[in-house]
Amino acid sequence: MTSPDIPIIRLGEVLVAGLSRELDDKTVMLFADELSRRIGDTRASTVVLDITKVEVIDSFAARMLMEIAAMARLLGARVVLAGMRYSVAITLAELGLALPGVETALSVEHALNRRAGP
Amino acid sequence: MTHSDLSSTSLQTVPIHTEEDLLTARHAVRAAALAEGLGLVAQTKLVTAASELVRNCYVHGGGGVLRIERVLPPPRRGLRIVVADQGPGIEDPDAALADGYSTGPGLGHGLGGARRLVDEFELRSEPGRGTTVVITRWTA
Ligand SMILES: Nc1ncnc2c1ncn2[C@@H]1O[C@H](COP(=O)(O)OP(=O)(O)O)[C@@H](O)[C@H]1O
Ligand SMILES: [Mg+2]
Repeated sequence: MTSPDIPIIRLGEVLVAGLSRELDDKTVMLFADELSRRIGDTRASTVVLDITKVEVIDSFAARMLMEIAAMARLLGARVVLAGMRYSVAITLAELGLALPGVETALSVEHALNRRAGP
Repeated sequence: MTHSDLSSTSLQTVPIHTEEDLLTARHAVRAAALAEGLGLVAQTKLVTAASELVRNCYVHGGGGVLRIERVLPPPRRGLRIVVADQGPGIEDPDAALADGYSTGPGLGHGLGGARRLVDEFELRSEPGRGTTVVITRWTA
């Protein structure tokens, strides 16, 4: 099964996926399935989730992101959430959801550079 | 605190019966927040709080309705969101408001989180008769 709403691009050992503006339940679940398959197929070491466009992360979406990160970790890949809007970050902090176990980066570029660093 | 009184006008009502309705409700709250002149952070907080409440209404309350109201002075100008269902209600509201408390697979940060994200928060629930949550964000 594929999730055309969230294409996953491969850059060497890295998978990059751009999440859509609205994280609706079905899209996220399809995406999680597709991503785990791709991690398995490609043996990617890192998954960068570009959330630049995401305008709202409520506790349901936060749980989905945490589960995706946990699933990726079990498959040997780390997940970096890239480009969180400051309005979303402030709101998540007030919800009391610090997304434990999920790395963040300012942008996809930062996430990729960090990987290439020392 | 009373609502739906003379000092508020109803702007929009969104029935909450499907997952799509959750999105519709979010969009309606976003549009209202924008129209009332709330800034990006305030908009995001209000939409996120409303999102928590409509999901609770859908998941725990068996569906219901979201109503958007404009509060007029007195006391102040603001945007009010009412989310109501006629589901099982909440036995222990204090427990339900505590972070980490969930009777389902959720993170249990929805109710307490929503309370922190707005200026006014009121939870009314009667076991067996339903739950109504009213949140208000002052806009001036
Ligand atoms: N509308 C509702 N009707 C019945 N019970 C509710 C409702 N909203 C919340 N609850 C109860 O309060 C608990 C805490 O809600 P919340 O903080 O949103 O956490 P979560 O939804 O993740 O379980 C829920 O698990 C549920 O038991
Ligand atoms: Mg909830």
